[in-house]
Amino acid sequence: MAKITYRHPSGTDTVIDVPVPNTVMRGAKVNNVDGIEAQCGGSAQCGTCHVYVDEANTLPLPVMDSVEDDVLYGTACERRPNSRLSCQLPVSDAIDGLIVHLPERQSW
Amino acid sequence: MSPENASPDSVVIVGAGQAGSDTAAALRSRGYAGPVTLIGAEDAVPYQRPPLSKGYLTGAVGRSEVELRPDSFYTTQGIDFVCDDRAVAIDRAARTVTLASGAELSYGALVLATGARPRRIATPGAGLDGVLALRSLADADVLRDHLDRAGHVLVIGGGFIGLEIAATTRARGCEVTVVEAAPRVMGRAVSEPMAEYLTGAHRKEGTRVLLGRSVSALQGDPAGRVRAAQLDDGHRTPADLVVIGVGVLPNTALAAEAGLAVGDGILVDSGLSTSDPHIYAIGDCARFPYGDGMVRLESVQNASDQARHVAARLAGGDPGPYTAVPWFWTDQYTVKLQIAGLTAGHDRAVVAGDPGSGRFTVFCFAGSRLLGAESVNRTADHVITRRLLAAGHTGLTPDVVAQPGFDLKTYQRQPA
Repeated sequence: MAKITYRHPSGTDTVIDVPVPNTVMRGAKVNNVDGIEAQCGGSAQCGTCHVYVDEANTLPLPVMDSVEDDVLYGTACERRPNSRLSCQLPVSDAIDGLIVHLPERQSW
Repeated sequence: MSPENASPDSVVIVGAGQAGSDTAAALRSRGYAGPVTLIGAEDAVPYQRPPLSKGYLTGAVGRSEVELRPDSFYTTQGIDFVCDDRAVAIDRAARTVTLASGAELSYGALVLATGARPRRIATPGAGLDGVLALRSLADADVLRDHLDRAGHVLVIGGGFIGLEIAATTRARGCEVTVVEAAPRVMGRAVSEPMAEYLTGAHRKEGTRVLLGRSVSALQGDPAGRVRAAQLDDGHRTPADLVVIGVGVLPNTALAAEAGLAVGDGILVDSGLSTSDPHIYAIGDCARFPYGDGMVRLESVQNASDQARHVAARLAGGDPGPYTAVPWFWTDQYTVKLQIAGLTAGHDRAVVAGDPGSGRFTVFCFAGSRLLGAESVNRTADHVITRRLLAAGHTGLTPDVVAQPGFDLKTYQRQPA
């Protein structure tokens, strides 16, 4: 179980205790967090589970692979250095307390 | 539901596939507080279909992983999920839906997300044991069960589903034959160069791909199990599992019987409303305005985007006309094909990259206007094309993409 904070563009937080194994994307979908679409179901194809990892984050996240990097070129909101696909972020005890910021929109 | 943009007092959703489940979820996440009822014909929690012809068939993806949302989701979100029941009649004047179980539900707004069903074939022997189609989770379970015993798989139809099943079963070690009646695979869904590439990719893996051929009869053993297929050229091929993938038909009977306008799909306007303003249709069953014409699309993207569009409207918002850019994907062996836009109707296809390398994109144009792009293992081309199409002006011409070494990731970094 890891506590994940999904911060909406309005500034409000949705805080979820996400069970392991899971992804940050799935944790949002299962709890109907508005702002994560994940149309491809987590296969790193669509870019509609885009999040900005909190800039102050020090928790260990997996290194981005080339497919995720490519998908992030097509996100609906601008790509930033802290952009990630939340389907590529596995939930573990090690990321308890992670804060991700949701973009204004995921698709057009 | 008047005046315009006022929320209905209740929403009933017929069909609990991707479109139906996403509508229910999006209504709640958009703050809709009225009663929401989701009616599913299958005895299953709403699930994702794409893995059924891929990971679920191999066993790599388990049952709970194909579920769109866990069972508990519907309870916690206050969605009344009715499964194993189906809508059999709509009374538009009374605004009620009658279910097969006899229940009668009132609606303020009705969303038809009735999906599609596999087209059947009239070939002699099509009723033999071991002749299957794949649409539902139950179909996939039956197919998986047969696969455990199958040595020779015959796939009738070289479309998305047929080719995915061919790839999956070939990877399991079966002898696989694909019979496609048209001179090329994938029909109008992809360009000629892409169809050729896919055919080659399957043949390279040892799958037999027969084009311009059809099955004249399926032959069984005394126990009624399929054993072989007779082809129209006189050849006979062994087959102990036959999968039919010759397309789907939209489920329009409920709408047609209620007097709604239908024609290869339930006809809707740019707000996804049917000819009755209290009834919407979305997903595989809906034919909607696109460009200068009308289209009906069978994809997760279409189901999901239309679901969110209708939910936004029913929650009291004004999402404007529905204009999402269509996109599709398929995984076959190591080929990850992603299609952005609708490429049917193109008159020029320009290949960027080398198909021999397994990484390339076919850009499809009508005149100088980009209709879409088909990318194999070039995800950046795919996602950037989607973004450009959404913006409405791609700036891409056949001459631009024909430049040696062209790729969109590099191109968009260049100053205009």
